[in-house]
Amino acid sequence: MATLTLAVNGTRRTVEIDDPATPLLYVLRNDLGLSGTRFGCGLAQCGACTVLVDGRAARSCVTPVSAVGSQPVLTIEGLGSPDRPDPVQAAFIAEQAAQCGYCTAGMVVAARALLNQTPRPSEAQVRDALEGNLCRCGSHVRVIRAVLRAATAGGR
Amino acid sequence: MATGMSHHDLSRRAFLGAAGVLVVGAVLGTRHIRSGAAQTLPGADRFLGKPLAADQVDAFLAIHADGSVTLFSGKVDMGTGGRIAMRQILAEELDVPIERIAMIEGDTALTPDQGSTSGSYGIARGGTQLRRVAATARQALIGLGAQKLGRPAGDLETSDGFVRVKGGGPAVSYGDLVGDRALGVAVDPKAPLKDSARFRYIGKSLPRPDVPAKVTGRHPYLQDLVLPGMLHARVIRPPSPGATLKALDESSIASVPGARVVRIESFVAVVAEREWDAVRAANALKVEWNAGPPLPDQAALFDAMRASSVVRDQVITRRGDVSALNAQAAGVRTITATYAWPVHTHGSIGPSCGVANVTSDRATIWTSSQGTHRYRAAFARILGLPPERVRVVYLDGAGSYGQNGAEDAACDAALLSRSTGRPVRVQWSRADEHGWDPKGPPQLLALRAAVDERGEVAAWETRAWLPVSTANLPSLPLLAAASARIPQPEGRATGLIFQNIDPPYTYPNVDAVVHWIPDAPLRTSPIRAPGKIGNTFAVESFVDEIAALAGADPVEFRLRHLANARGAEVLRRAAARMGWQPRPAPRRVDPALPVATGRGIAYIHYKHDETMVAVGMEVEVERATGKIRVTRVVCAQDCGLMINPDAVASQVEGNVLQTLSRSLHEEIVYDRERVTSVDWASYPILKMTEVPSIEVELIQRLDAPPLGAGEAASAPVPAAVSNAVFDATGVRLRTVPFRPERVKAALAGRPA
Repeated sequence: MATLTLAVNGTRRTVEIDDPATPLLYVLRNDLGLSGTRFGCGLAQCGACTVLVDGRAARSCVTPVSAVGSQPVLTIEGLGSPDRPDPVQAAFIAEQAAQCGYCTAGMVVAARALLNQTPRPSEAQVRDALEGNLCRCGSHVRVIRAVLRAATAGGR
Repeated sequence: MATGMSHHDLSRRAFLGAAGVLVVGAVLGTRHIRSGAAQTLPGADRFLGKPLAADQVDAFLAIHADGSVTLFSGKVDMGTGGRIAMRQILAEELDVPIERIAMIEGDTALTPDQGSTSGSYGIARGGTQLRRVAATARQALIGLGAQKLGRPAGDLETSDGFVRVKGGGPAVSYGDLVGDRALGVAVDPKAPLKDSARFRYIGKSLPRPDVPAKVTGRHPYLQDLVLPGMLHARVIRPPSPGATLKALDESSIASVPGARVVRIESFVAVVAEREWDAVRAANALKVEWNAGPPLPDQAALFDAMRASSVVRDQVITRRGDVSALNAQAAGVRTITATYAWPVHTHGSIGPSCGVANVTSDRATIWTSSQGTHRYRAAFARILGLPPERVRVVYLDGAGSYGQNGAEDAACDAALLSRSTGRPVRVQWSRADEHGWDPKGPPQLLALRAAVDERGEVAAWETRAWLPVSTANLPSLPLLAAASARIPQPEGRATGLIFQNIDPPYTYPNVDAVVHWIPDAPLRTSPIRAPGKIGNTFAVESFVDEIAALAGADPVEFRLRHLANARGAEVLRRAAARMGWQPRPAPRRVDPALPVATGRGIAYIHYKHDETMVAVGMEVEVERATGKIRVTRVVCAQDCGLMINPDAVASQVEGNVLQTLSRSLHEEIVYDRERVTSVDWASYPILKMTEVPSIEVELIQRLDAPPLGAGEAASAPVPAAVSNAVFDATGVRLRTVPFRPERVKAALAGRPA
């Protein structure tokens, strides 16, 4: 059993890990109670588990927790709350850009990563940035609209 | 987090914003359920023992002393908008503020059995039922108010949760009149409904209450549920459906702390205190299997279907005289074509999950099943418990679009909980879901038509080879019970896949027959718009083939024999929105151009008596690669009364995009042993860069019954693509999926 300290959503969190290869996803969901990050494939193919590690979008299902070190981790919960949503989250609400919502956290986090790098993306850039995030319900059109709306609203 | 909220407060923060738009505050559940409780909604278990009979108002709603209302819905919201629409219906007909309504869904101990949430009947039947319940309750409240206020009922009216004397006299609140007591009245099927001119909630695009929590990571999914003492489990599925356990080496997981094997006959699982340890153990466990019977040869699937023995024939439509098909009459041309639809997975983005707490004399099972009431009996039988000792509770999972692996995962969890004496959570892997969810069945349709000298359809014949459903099968055979050799009803379920094999036009001579065949290569279950997508692919592509043969414009050709005025309106609207210029297909283009462009349209009257929808598409076909790019989709739909038009629009967009994905990309691949397309690389779905623009026109009919929005718009999609590709290239695609290699082969004149 090893003790790891992570910087998650601006807070230092300590976890006990017996396997250093444990994906970050399981640590977030089960050890830190941050269940908004979702298990979709475990293969880095669908994007449902996307979090920001040091500001960049990362697939937490294939990111060993031991590789995270002291880099800041931002999850969907750290981005905003229903009362104080991030502009991307507010735009998703305004566009009603979720059906089952299972892919949504990954979409929102990936969109945030895009807007951090490219505050005023073109529609093509939005589509490219979300290429690795799969949606089965067919909310794509609303998701694209929401990200463009968030960009117009000024990001943050 | 909203700890300590009473269930009444769930929507307390809902308010009408400045623009008159209802903004509903986040509905926050809790992922940790207290010991012995079953609902994430705090305090919900105080309703245990309430009436459940669907002919009683109290089965559906409870009015509390503070004036708030709890709605008990047997229909569930898988992301489809029922969670807001049902509230809108109740608020409208009961005359209560919508933000005072809390909702409990799909809990067999608390909600009436309204049938599975399927077949596009959530609102069309469940909502209509609720509307009458609420109207009955309102009548009962007026009766109570008359006693309380000492005035005749005719002097009274209701609004905002009060019974009032008309014209501004005294009033009494619902809470004071009922105060948590049962109303004790039967649902009156003739209870007067509100006039649509007075609608305050119905017909408004109110935002869905679950969206804020979903986009901020606070929404409680089944996958997030944590029970005290819960174990995590992974099931080791056999290499093929009929394989049996030969040997397993428990020492192979000795290095994984706290993990152990649970085995019941050939049902094998690993359980552990920590989830990752269960994953590791599942990967490490050494298991040997006795081979099961081989799967059929996929390359010969459609030939085998056509050559199959037939259980029975079912005539779907037979009218007039189709002898023109076989006569060699002067000026009559015959045309034949065969269309094939492949096996699909439901493709849920989150693999199925199940959580169960089974003790010696009772069981609670949490599932994202669309049919909790239906599966209660199955779980009870499998566990050997009386049904009244089994409680099945719905929680949101990833969208299921029919019966995915949810019921199987629930069964896994139930058996493992019984074996371990602990609550158990089973999470399927991606490979489990792609490999083992029950599949959408393959379909094969052969069509023939005789076209007379005027270009009219003188005779139409459909022959469909479809896997048969077992009559009166109470539930699908579940994987864990089969492996554990627990007896269960055997058989197949596919849904009503025979509907719409016949054209929606008034052709005088039609003969449409299903040849029900006994087998399908893999276990099947209903998948969104069961059968109707593949059938409409065939019928509406073939109509286009006939129109081309007759040299007619595809829209005009359809309208000529579209007697249903509402159907004709959606077709006209879609065409007008597209800027459709009448001409026959294919268009005349230079074949040397690297990219061919075209347009196509298709129509369905869903099940011939429900929603009417037309879908038009514009496509580009890259000749060198065979790649199809859909650039624009226009959809016009009439689904009768829309409770929440934006939620309907969302369903239409979803139907279009999901079915575009199924049409362009999707096919389950299997070898002689197992499914081999077990991830998103081998089973690709539509990506963000491929998504077309979508324009949706919805026709609101406030005084018509609601007809259902969850499926219909999916059905015309593959035919619209196929027709547009034909328009662009002159080449007809008759087998789904339209992957580039298949399109390229077709463009080169090889069989597609």
